[in-house]
Amino acid sequence: MKSVQRRHVLRVMAAASALLATGIAPGALAQDRTSVKIGYAISKTGPNAGGAGITTLPNYQLWVKDVNDAGGLELPDGKKLPIEVIEYDDRSTSEELVRAVERLATQDEADFILAPWGTGFNLAAAPLFDRYGYPQLAVSSVTDKAPDFVKRWTKSFWMLGGGHDYAGALAGIIKKAAADGTLNNKVAMVSVADGFGIDLVTAARPAFEAAGIEVVYDKTYPIGTSDFTPMINEAKASGADSFVAFSYPPDTFALTQQSQVADFNPKLLYLGVGTGFPIYGKNNGDNATGIMSLGGIDPANAENAAYRKRHEEVTGQGPDYWGSVITYASLQMLQEAIKRKGLDREAVSAELSTGTFQTVLGETKMEDNQLRTLWWTGQWQNGQFVGIAPADRAGASQPILPRQGWKK
Amino acid sequence: MTARTLLGLAFAGLVLIALAALPFFAGPYAVTLMIGMTGYVVLATAWGLFSGPTRYVSLATVAFFGIGAYTVGVLSETLPYPLVLLVAALIGLAVALVVGLSTLRLAGVYFVIFTFGLAELIRQVVTWYEVNVTGTLGRYIFLPVTPEGIYWQLLALAAATFLISWGIGRTRWGLALKVIGDDEVVASHCGIDITRLKLALFATSAVIITLVGAIQAPRWTYIEPSIVFNPTISFLTLIMALLGGADRLWGPLLGAIPLFLLFEWLSANFPNHYPIILGLVFIAIVFLLPKGVLAALESRLGKGGAK
Repeated sequence: MKSVQRRHVLRVMAAASALLATGIAPGALAQDRTSVKIGYAISKTGPNAGGAGITTLPNYQLWVKDVNDAGGLELPDGKKLPIEVIEYDDRSTSEELVRAVERLATQDEADFILAPWGTGFNLAAAPLFDRYGYPQLAVSSVTDKAPDFVKRWTKSFWMLGGGHDYAGALAGIIKKAAADGTLNNKVAMVSVADGFGIDLVTAARPAFEAAGIEVVYDKTYPIGTSDFTPMINEAKASGADSFVAFSYPPDTFALTQQSQVADFNPKLLYLGVGTGFPIYGKNNGDNATGIMSLGGIDPANAENAAYRKRHEEVTGQGPDYWGSVITYASLQMLQEAIKRKGLDREAVSAELSTGTFQTVLGETKMEDNQLRTLWWTGQWQNGQFVGIAPADRAGASQPILPRQGWKK
Repeated sequence: MTARTLLGLAFAGLVLIALAALPFFAGPYAVTLMIGMTGYVVLATAWGLFSGPTRYVSLATVAFFGIGAYTVGVLSETLPYPLVLLVAALIGLAVALVVGLSTLRLAGVYFVIFTFGLAELIRQVVTWYEVNVTGTLGRYIFLPVTPEGIYWQLLALAAATFLISWGIGRTRWGLALKVIGDDEVVASHCGIDITRLKLALFATSAVIITLVGAIQAPRWTYIEPSIVFNPTISFLTLIMALLGGADRLWGPLLGAIPLFLLFEWLSANFPNHYPIILGLVFIAIVFLLPKGVLAALESRLGKGGAK
C-alpha cells in the first residue's frame, strides 16, 4: 500500500514536471510574448570602433527602425512583434566579446544575435553562436577559409568573400588591359602589415604570377604609417603602369593626397579600405574618378539606390560602397526567414541556408552558406563607386582605363 | 607547521574544491564569469608576487600574456596540448630571464617605461615575423578545450600561484624581499644578492602570466597581435593589484574580484558610459585607497582599537 502510494506520487510528479518542461511553458511564453529580443555586441569603443561605426552599427540601427516602423517582425501566423534591442560594447577586445555573446545567449535569452564586426571577432564568436544554436550572419569578415568554417559551424554564414576572390579579380582586370595594350604588365604594390593587408597581398602575389603580371615593387608598411612619399617615389621610378595599395582608411586617404602632391599618375590606381567610403568621393570629387578598390554597386539597381538614400536620412551618414549594403541585406534575409519559419532558430538557419530572398541586393541566395554574388572590384565613375568585376555579372560597369591624371 | 597553518591550508583546500565543483551547479554564463575572474585573480597575484615586495611597477603583463597566447596559436596543431603549455612556460621563462638580466638594475619610472615598451616591442616583433616570414597574421586555434576545462586549469594555476606566493613569504627569500622593498642599499649591505633574487621572482611571475595567456587563448579561436597584446590587460592587472594591496598575499585577490564584477556589471548595464565610469573608478582608487583595501582596513581597525 505504502509503496504503491509512493509510486503514484512519483508518477504524478514526473508527469507534472514533464508537462511543465515541455508543454505548458513554451505555450505560455508564446502567448505572453510582446517582443522579439535581438542582441548584438559590437566595438563601440577602441580601435575597431571606426570600421564598426561605418559598416555595421548604422545598418543594425536602420534595420531595427525600419522593422519597428512597419509594426515589427512578422511571424508565420501574420502577427507582428516589435524588436527589443540589447546592445553591448565589446570594447574591441575578444574576451569581452566572448563574454557579451555568452551573456546574450544565456542571461538575456536573446531570440537572435547579430554578428560582431571584423574577421577575428566573428571567429571568436563563432563557437558560441554554434554551441547555443544561433545563426551567425558574418558580413564584415574577409576570409578564404569560409568553406572550412561552414563545415565546422553549420549555422555560420560568410558573406564578404576572401582575399583570393578580390586579388584574382584585380589580376584579371590588369591582365586584360595589358593584353589590350592599355597598360604594361608591371605592378607596384604596397600593403599594410595588418590582417587585411597581409591577407590580400598573400593572395595577390600568386594571382599576379598566374596572370603573367610582373610585380616590380612589393613593400609592406607598418600600421599607422603617415608618410608614403618614399614608397610613392619608388613606385613611380619602378616603371609600373599599375599601383596597388592594400591599405587601411587613413593610409588610403594619405596615399591619395600624397600621390597628387608627388604628381604620381599610375594608369591604374587601386587603393584599399576607405576608397568606398562616401566621404572619399566627396573629398576628392572629380579626382576620385577612375580609382579602383574592393566592392562596388550596380548603379542601375533602384532598390539599392533607395536604401542608400534612406541610410543617409536615418543615420545621418551615407553607407560605404562595400560591406554596408551586404550588412543590410543579411538582416533582410533574417527578417524574411523569421517571417517564413518563426522564431525557431534551427528552422531559420536552414531557411537562410537554402532559401531565396528578395533584398536590396536583388535576388539573394547563399551558396554553401556563403554569399558569392559580390562585386570583387569597383571603380569611381561619375560620382558613384560602381562594380566592374566580375564583368559577366548583370549590372557590371565597364572599367575606365587608363585613369585620368590628377586635376589640380 | 603549526595547527593554525594546517587549518588554514585545509580551509583553502575546501574552498578550492567548492570552486572546482561550481560548473556542475551553475550555468555556462557563471563559468564564463569565473574564467574571466580567475584569470584576473591569477594575473594580479602573479603581478603582486614580483611588484609587491620589490615595488617595481611592471606594465609588461600583456607581453607575457601575449607570448603565452601566441605560442598556443602557433603550436596547437603540431604538439599535444600539455606540451604546448610547457613550451609556452619555457618561452616565457627565457624572455623573462633575458629581460630581467638586462633591466632589473633600472629603477623607478625608467623600469615602468621600459616594461611598457617591452610589450609593444614584442608585439611588433611578432607582427614583423608573421608578415615577412609566414605571410599570415592571424592564427587559428581549434582545440577541443571546453570552457569548464579552461576554468579548471585556471583554478589550478591560481592555487599554485597562491602556494608559491605563500611559500616565498615564509622563507628567508621573503624576508630578503621585504628588505629590498624597504631599502635596496641596506639590503645589499646585508649581503643579499639583490639582482638574483629579483630575477628569480620576476621570472616566476612572468611564467605564471604566460600560462594565463596560454590557457585562455583557445577561447578566442582566432588570435592576432592586436588581440593578444592589448595593453588594457596590463593596466587592469595593475589597478586590481593596487586596489587590493600588492604587498599582501590576499591583496590582489581582494582587488581583482570586486573590480572584475564591477566592470562586468558596468558593461552589462551601462555599455555606453563604461569608459567614463572606468576612469572615475581609477581616479577614486588612487585618491581614496592609495595603499589598497587591506591596508586601509587595517589602519581603520587599528585606530578603532586604539580608541
